[in-house]
Amino acid sequence: MTRKRRRLYFLALSMATLAAAAALVLNAFEDNLVFFYSPTDLVEKDVPTDRRLRLGGLVAEGSIARAADGATVRFVVTDRVHSVTASYRGILPDLFREGQGVVAEGKLRADGSFEATNVLAKHDENYMPKEVADSLKEAGVWQHADPAPDGSGNRGDAGGR
Amino acid sequence: MIVEIGHYALVLALFVALVQGSLPLAGAQTGNTAWMALARPAAIAQFALVAIAFLALVHAYVTSDFSVVNVVRNSHSAKPLLYKISGAWGNHEGSMLLWVLMLAAYGLMVALFGRNLPAGLRARVLAIQALIAVGFLLFLLFTSNPFARAFPAPADGNDLNPLLQDPGLAFHPPFLYLGYVGFSMAFAFAVAALISGRVDPAWARWVRPWTLLAWCALTVGIVLGSWWAYYELGWGGWWFWDPVENASLMPWIAGTALLHSAIVVEKRDALKSWTILLAILAFALSLIGTFLVRSGVLTSVHAFATDPARGLFILFLLVIIIGGALVLYAWRAPALKQGGLFAPVSREGGLVLNNLLLTAGLATVFLGTLYPLLLDAVGGGKISVGAPFFNATFVPLMVPMVAAMGVGPLLAWKRGDLAGALGRLKFAFAATVLVALAVWYVESDGPVLAVLGIGLAAWLFFATLAELAGRIKLFAAPAAESWRRARGLPRATYGMTLAHAGLALVIAGMTGSAWYSENVLTMRVGDTARIAGFELTLETVDETPGPNYDAERARFRARRGGQEVAVLEPERRFYPVQGMPTTEAAIRTTWRADLYAVIGEGDGQGAWTVRLYHNPLVAWMWFGATVMVLGGLVSLSDRRLRVGAPARRRRRPAPAAKAES
Repeated sequence: MTRKRRRLYFLALSMATLAAAAALVLNAFEDNLVFFYSPTDLVEKDVPTDRRLRLGGLVAEGSIARAADGATVRFVVTDRVHSVTASYRGILPDLFREGQGVVAEGKLRADGSFEATNVLAKHDENYMPKEVADSLKEAGVWQHADPAPDGSGNRGDAGGR
Repeated sequence: MIVEIGHYALVLALFVALVQGSLPLAGAQTGNTAWMALARPAAIAQFALVAIAFLALVHAYVTSDFSVVNVVRNSHSAKPLLYKISGAWGNHEGSMLLWVLMLAAYGLMVALFGRNLPAGLRARVLAIQALIAVGFLLFLLFTSNPFARAFPAPADGNDLNPLLQDPGLAFHPPFLYLGYVGFSMAFAFAVAALISGRVDPAWARWVRPWTLLAWCALTVGIVLGSWWAYYELGWGGWWFWDPVENASLMPWIAGTALLHSAIVVEKRDALKSWTILLAILAFALSLIGTFLVRSGVLTSVHAFATDPARGLFILFLLVIIIGGALVLYAWRAPALKQGGLFAPVSREGGLVLNNLLLTAGLATVFLGTLYPLLLDAVGGGKISVGAPFFNATFVPLMVPMVAAMGVGPLLAWKRGDLAGALGRLKFAFAATVLVALAVWYVESDGPVLAVLGIGLAAWLFFATLAELAGRIKLFAAPAAESWRRARGLPRATYGMTLAHAGLALVIAGMTGSAWYSENVLTMRVGDTARIAGFELTLETVDETPGPNYDAERARFRARRGGQEVAVLEPERRFYPVQGMPTTEAAIRTTWRADLYAVIGEGDGQGAWTVRLYHNPLVAWMWFGATVMVLGGLVSLSDRRLRVGAPARRRRRPAPAAKAES
């Protein structure tokens, strides 16, 4: 086997692997990208009901209610312009509170309410999900000043995590 | 006073690193031995100074010195001692100091154990280590000083984030950083080799122990983090394909590929420039991991408060270090001498296939992690890429890799015999089919892919054992002969067997946990819930005070078929200083499955939300990962790879060399 032949073999093999990886990625991108929406987007844009999406905003004050089965929680996600009612069955993250930022992942129902399958936990109570902060700024209701550069609040870090 | 000494030591360390990063490098270029010899004492001094700084910070935490801003923000006088100590690195400034300490510790190890390295190589390696240290010391001193004073000093601190007050997470960052920073050694050796233009089997033998050490530490770090997420976040899951998790997985994949390609350089003097590139890549991904976690550009379930200015600094460091190394690579790599020839079907060919698939898998993880950032940066909308994406890309690429892992070690170097190798695996194949059929029979309603996953794990496990059995001629030769052969095998061979078998166990555990069942409901005291054949009765819910929290502790009695099997006591803790609740899951672990209970918030009228999980085979994952790390350590203890020992090895006659892996 000459050096040239060997190089050809491995080039073909690498190309095949790369092509397979690219095909997998493109195929997965088609179905598995989850777009982020604010309540305003959900109300104003034509959002498909069969796709998974993320809804982010503030949990409206006084909106958390438990359904009769006790395990399903309803709450309202708002960007202070529009609001969307969301429901979630299960234990909410420890830092889920009224007035705090939240990101919920799930699907939009035909009646315009949101069924969350996943509510994201935050490890830090001062932390505002970046998308939520941006969309609140867009809606013009951003009122919390950005935390001071020295981060006057409590902090938690897991090092690498 | 001690705090000032720590700060001062850090400044001194910067100057020592500046000297260590310049004179020895110049000395190695011009042949000035006095300058080159400077690297050793400088590395020792640099480590001593950084260690003083680190101990000063730990001291401030242990004594609860609230005149230090960092302590105020992350500690509290009522916190248990373990978390006072771990609080020192449970925050941005302290964790970066730990990073630098690890970096200096690796430099120290080269200085102490690297006596057999050629003087020029050692000087260059230590100088490059020091240059990285300069960047991070500047970063610490200018943007993240852990020793800043608070004035006036408050009476007590803000406490550490309660989620981090956990033994699993106390040791997660040190191991993770030991791994991240360990790849800086491979990086330094790679850059030194590019400067000198010489890559040979001896070079690979020097690089491998450092890579192995880093790989072991990173594996431990990732597993500790995953284990923590499993029991502390209370979601019953152990991996979420979250960006922060991926940030630690990417250097691990690159490091795994590097370990394997370095073998080819060592044994066959081939794949040199590819190995150099992988070494640069592994450290680049470690830096990218640090950047992603520290800069706050990611939205993550694990996201912590972060500061963009610091992110910019790290990005700048990243561009200089990685960009510089890649430019050097583009310039010098073509000059590296080509290595030996080998056929596509050969041990080398198998290792190339491993590298190709690992790198392709790495690319998909990289894309999935960073694509949302890129899209957002160009204004293309906000998206997130979740677990389904990675399951549809990374996993299919790993399937052929694991399948090939069973065969690769049986192929001979240079030119292998595929039919012969497969022939020697017929028993492994038969055992795999039996296991798959048994699993399918027992769990016929389970997901089909899970049967495939278990089959794959069984294949890897039995093929790995068959390879070892073939090596020692088990059952084919008299027992005494097998025993003599078994003792003669180098430890690196046993390391490989353990690591590959460990991965098989991990895969089995990962697959098994796909059969989980979940039950979310509200329960009152006296209620009984069912899950996967177990009956759990909520007996009591009590208030229990902890050292720095109040807890609500539930007591479940678990029965199966009327027989009591366990008492589970999950807690919901409230930390008053941070005003933050945490959940503590109760888990009954057996080798078959975990029974997992979490108690949520009560409704104030005697009912609690309860989440129950039955997760099969999860313990196999933790056990398998331990076996993998054990394999790495056994391999590390191999005489041929012992740090600084390669010179001695060549003098030995080679009864073991025949059976070399």
